[in-house]
Amino acid sequence: MTLELDLRGEVCPYTFVKTKLKMEEMAGGEELTILLDDTEATANVSRSLKSDGHDIVDLKSISSGVWQIIVKKARSQTQSKERDE
Amino acid sequence: MSGSFTDEQIRRYSRQIILPDVGGIGQRKLLGSRVLIIGAGGLGSSAIAYLAAAGVGTLGIIDSDIVEISNLQRQIIHGGNIGLAKSISAESFVRRLNSDVDVVAYQACFSAENARTIVREYDFVIDGSDNFPTHYLINDACVLEKKPCSHGSILRYEGYATTSIPERGPCYRCIFKKSPPPGLIPSCQEAGVFGVLPGIIGTIQASEALKFFLGTGQTLTGRLLCFNALDMTFFEASASKRLDCSICGENPRIVSIKPENYLEEGRTECRLDPRA
Repeated sequence: MTLELDLRGEVCPYTFVKTKLKMEEMAGGEELTILLDDTEATANVSRSLKSDGHDIVDLKSISSGVWQIIVKKARSQTQSKERDE
Repeated sequence: MSGSFTDEQIRRYSRQIILPDVGGIGQRKLLGSRVLIIGAGGLGSSAIAYLAAAGVGTLGIIDSDIVEISNLQRQIIHGGNIGLAKSISAESFVRRLNSDVDVVAYQACFSAENARTIVREYDFVIDGSDNFPTHYLINDACVLEKKPCSHGSILRYEGYATTSIPERGPCYRCIFKKSPPPGLIPSCQEAGVFGVLPGIIGTIQASEALKFFLGTGQTLTGRLLCFNALDMTFFEASASKRLDCSICGENPRIVSIKPENYLEEGRTECRLDPRA
């Protein structure tokens, strides 16, 4: 089962802030499906996820004005820090 | 679903949650942290403002002074509060800025009697005091209670900052073994102070506290950072722990806080209280 984050109606930079917060709760290797309805935000979120070391599994338009990003969380993430505490 | 953050918090802290090394994990650490700011003067003003803005969950603010018009040239959080206690004025500033922050205002002098009890309640201490006896008192209370402390000091156009983390580096007494003889170093009142200077040094102290909580970067442990606002230069001196330090050395002479160790000739232990 993949996790989903519906960010339709949300704008930059909150689209990525919310994505980042969601990714922190996930385990390495887990996948997240993100829905966005803003072209610029879609490009920004995808770029920021890549620069954080995650894999963009898929990025496509699923209906008029709606984009879907499927991202797989990197295995070595800061998340492990919190679990150690 | 964004963990335990409200939508308002996500928006308020968005620019720092985005930062590598902060994220939601770091923001939660800040919201759960407690900082004691000793002195709500020039250094304290900028430290308080930025720590509150960053969402440090609890700020203890201790100061026995009353806001005077001559403070406002550099103590930027006290506008409109002439005649009010600085601790209370600082508290109202923080409440207006960020309601996530709890303030514990101590309208009192930081003294040998209350030093350890107060310091014990916090995770990090900002020394924004303006005299040598208090610098030593803060250091000693922090060493004995094993609390990290960022020290700052300013005069005319120059200032410095250093951070002591117990058991990880030198303390204030390792660096400044003894205070200069009374009268050798003029006070701010006598010598004047360039208004932006406490803003710069106090902000450096606040960033030391934030990095300490986030566990990122390098603090000023073992380094004395000196700043000259006229030349606009920073330089640093390295400092190491002294084995013969009177409080954190191998055979410490100071093992408790005794009021008589923090008196300066010709001045009482606490600054004059204008209300008295």
